[in-house]
Amino acid sequence: MTYEFLVASAIGVLVAGGIFLALRARTFQVVLGLTLISYAVNLFLFASGRLVVGRPPIWDKAVAEYTDPLPQALALTAIVITFGMTAFVVILSLRSFLETGSDHVDGDTVPCDAQDGLGGNKGGGDQP
Amino acid sequence: MAIPLTLLTLVALPFLAALAIALVTGASRAVHSGIAGGASAVGLALLATLAGPVIAGEVPTARWDWVPTLGLDLALMVDPLGLMFAGLILGIGLLVVIFAHFYLYAGEATGRFFASLMLFQGAMLGIVIAGNVLLLLVFWELTSLASFLLIGFWQHKAEGRQGARMALAVTGGGGLALIGGLLLLGVVAGSFDLATILERGDIVRASPHYPVLLGLILLGCFTKSAQFPFHFWLPHAMAAPTPVSAYLHSATMVKAGVFLLARLWPVLAGTEAYTLIVTSVGLITMILGAGVALFRHDLKSILAYSTISQLGMLVMLLGFSLKAAALAAVLHILNHAAFKAALFMSAGIVEHETGTRDIRRLGGLAKAMPITAIIATLAAASMAGLPPLGGFISKELMLYETPKVALLGLPWLLPVLATLGATFSVGYSLRLAGHLFLGKPREAEPFARAHDPGAGMWGGPALLTALAVLLGLIPMALAAPLVGAVTGAVTGAPAPEFDLALWHGVNLALVLSLIAVAGGALLLWQHQTLLALWERVRWPDAKRMFEATIAFADRWTRKAIVASHAPSLQNMLLATFGVIVALVIDGVVTGGGVLTGARPGLPASAPGIIAWVLMIAATAAVVNDSRNRLRVLIYISVIGLVISLAFVQFSAPDLALTQISVEVVTILLLLLALNLLPKSPPLLSSAPRKWRDGALAVAGGVLVGGIAWAMLTRDVGTTIAAYHLANAKSGGGGTNVVNVILVDFRAFDTLGEIIVLGVAGLGIFALLDTAVVGAAGARLRAWRMDTVLSPERHPMMLVMASRIVLPLTLTVGIFLFLRGHNQPGGGFIAALVVAIAFLVQYLAAGFDWSDERRRFSEHKMIAWGVLAAIATGLGSLLFGANFLTSTFEYFTLPLIGTFELASAMMFDIGVFLAVFGAVMLALAKLSNIAQRAARATVEQHERETGA
Repeated sequence: MTYEFLVASAIGVLVAGGIFLALRARTFQVVLGLTLISYAVNLFLFASGRLVVGRPPIWDKAVAEYTDPLPQALALTAIVITFGMTAFVVILSLRSFLETGSDHVDGDTVPCDAQDGLGGNKGGGDQP
Repeated sequence: MAIPLTLLTLVALPFLAALAIALVTGASRAVHSGIAGGASAVGLALLATLAGPVIAGEVPTARWDWVPTLGLDLALMVDPLGLMFAGLILGIGLLVVIFAHFYLYAGEATGRFFASLMLFQGAMLGIVIAGNVLLLLVFWELTSLASFLLIGFWQHKAEGRQGARMALAVTGGGGLALIGGLLLLGVVAGSFDLATILERGDIVRASPHYPVLLGLILLGCFTKSAQFPFHFWLPHAMAAPTPVSAYLHSATMVKAGVFLLARLWPVLAGTEAYTLIVTSVGLITMILGAGVALFRHDLKSILAYSTISQLGMLVMLLGFSLKAAALAAVLHILNHAAFKAALFMSAGIVEHETGTRDIRRLGGLAKAMPITAIIATLAAASMAGLPPLGGFISKELMLYETPKVALLGLPWLLPVLATLGATFSVGYSLRLAGHLFLGKPREAEPFARAHDPGAGMWGGPALLTALAVLLGLIPMALAAPLVGAVTGAVTGAPAPEFDLALWHGVNLALVLSLIAVAGGALLLWQHQTLLALWERVRWPDAKRMFEATIAFADRWTRKAIVASHAPSLQNMLLATFGVIVALVIDGVVTGGGVLTGARPGLPASAPGIIAWVLMIAATAAVVNDSRNRLRVLIYISVIGLVISLAFVQFSAPDLALTQISVEVVTILLLLLALNLLPKSPPLLSSAPRKWRDGALAVAGGVLVGGIAWAMLTRDVGTTIAAYHLANAKSGGGGTNVVNVILVDFRAFDTLGEIIVLGVAGLGIFALLDTAVVGAAGARLRAWRMDTVLSPERHPMMLVMASRIVLPLTLTVGIFLFLRGHNQPGGGFIAALVVAIAFLVQYLAAGFDWSDERRRFSEHKMIAWGVLAAIATGLGSLLFGANFLTSTFEYFTLPLIGTFELASAMMFDIGVFLAVFGAVMLALAKLSNIAQRAARATVEQHERETGA
């Protein structure tokens, strides 16, 4: 079994899980799906430099062979941007839930107050 | 002044004036009209310096590249045709500005009015002196916009808003057609340069695209110049203040279509299709407009239909494709501009003085307003084509040409119909003057205060009427050189011999003219009877038809949108993923080739396989258990951890550091969000839907995995890695090549990314900051803890540990930052580590405690971060290098030794600040949102009880 197979199959599994979750009806599941897809995309981006063991792109006079640094640089910013995007989507879904009282992606008012502490009795109440 | 500068100033001046007026909207009416009038006067003076040479045959031009690859130049050109129109635009513009100063009341939004008016003036000037058809298009659209703003100037009036919308829809729609037509014209002619196009008429007319481009250009011209069947917008545009009607909707903008027909006459005219379409459309419009004008009662409506009719006559004359007819059109453009603007302003005076524009209520005004009466009556006489006024000469010329064109093969058809149109024109002109100024006052009320206004108001129309009179009395002295030169420019050849005079002896034109005058008088005499007949007919209402069409389009557009964009994220994502999977399958099927490449693989170690199994299991658990949300976070962090380890294994220490710190921040974020989101909502998806989605997901996973496999088992082609590796140390001054790429080689990308991150942070702030009011606020206030709490809110051990760890973590952060250029680390990673150190404080000691001790503003940090990064980039410009070129130097200090300072370090500080600010803003804001809501409740309670 090679590392190449492990990475390729891991990317495939993450994408499959991501697509399935992204198609679910609850915002939180969609966020999870996007997170999984992002993992896969970042991994794929990184892997486009091919898998190389033990040759980090830290320049040294004594070393002649390095891995490709460019995909790494691109993946690095991609990871940080992924965080920004995830954070934004999470907050967006939170706000939409607070506005509508439903965490359905299409804004359908499926009641979910019964199970949770949120919503239900209007007009304030105890402090958390 | 040099020619190019003069031309540029000419076009730019009105726009600058518009800007200046817009900047001082608070100032008085006199300031606004002063700027507008001053700009028009200066423009007129500039134009006057060009007039002599242009009429003598020179064509001043100027050209600057704008988008050379598209053939779009900022090319300006003043030929006699452009000169005449520019003169009308600036001259009448100046008079209209003076008139409007007195017409508008001091309290009205005069700043907005004059700014829009100047915007229009600039755009219209641009049309007539553009030397490039693409540039002409830009100005063409601008006039539609300015007209929209001016028609709807009185925003509180429904008819103003509706009229503005209708005008924009019709002229804007025609503008779209014109874009297509002119683009096609440019392609066929091989250039967008106007002078070049004008020389290639033969090529254009011989092209198979000629019918299409002719149709499209004519659509643009006919809509703009209110030709049948697009004429209906013009009467509704009369909701505009009267100065606007005088300026845009009679003298200038509606003539833009006529102008373009004249401009492109050498290219388009002369074919059978052109003559038939343009002549008939013009003829129908002329008769229809004049006929309707006979029976309107609103002064401005009469003038609007008469304008439609006169424009029809101009279009018809150009449609003849005869040089003498073009000459008649040129002369009539001058005549019409003079008498129609004068009449509009007179109508404005009457309305201003009596408070009404209804001709049925007015009458006998000659006694109350003698000056206005003389001005308007003379102008109306010119409009009727009575001698000895200018209108008579151009109408004679028109009638003289009509027998030369055999419309539908019938040589008598055109003279007869043209005479009919002329008869109607005489009729409504006589009615306008007669019913308004002669006879007795019909109602007492409108005349109570009526008297002639000050010279400021009647001066402009008087000047124009004088011009209309002189154009009849001394046409050769006044207009012959200009008319000859303009006709030459329109036809692209020297003008034919012509003699403008009132008396040409008895000929067919004179006979037809006499018939028209007699018929017109008859119409006026029998007006009551005819009016009764007219009102018995149920005429189609253009406005209702237009609105029904719009409503129809609206309804079907909505249906199409709903059908194609089902408002369901689930369906749209399904379609998106489905299409991608289908595309990839298509590529696999048609592409062929083998899946596995020849690159030798790396044998996996036992720990590697174990990590892989862990990750697969965690992913399965996330999918399987996604409704138990807290537990899912643990699975997610397992995946993130394994990926970090993979980065370590595959020679990417920077990525590993980034991934692990992002992982921590993400989990914290999801934890905080879950605090407020439902934790274990009920099942929603049905089984078949899950199977369907599952199948799609497996297909997607297999395909992407397969692509990854195919990629990983093949060697890389040529890359630019070698360049980066070779130049990192010598050019960027760092040995960590990834970091050097981020802050130096591809720093521009990084700059964009920190801006995106900053925007995301601010977006999150905005979403949360406003969440404490409204429905969201109510839900937040009703929020209650629904998880089991530990007895202690802030456990002492955790608090103490976090405080001890804080300085240590900060040290690690600074260390990572400083070594980033040479060893794994850098701004991104350091920012995340430091953010975690602070977030742990929020977590352990609570939001309030931490927030009190916070000494920085996240907003400012984002801003300073981005600014620092940009400043670093700009700094390199000072040294003559490209944006974001970095530099570095080695320094030696006692005790510390030799160290390096790189300008990239400054950039990395920017990255650090922006990332740190964005992360802190998002998480700190989220963690306090519930507290804020609670506090709002308390404050509200106190307000209610304490007051």
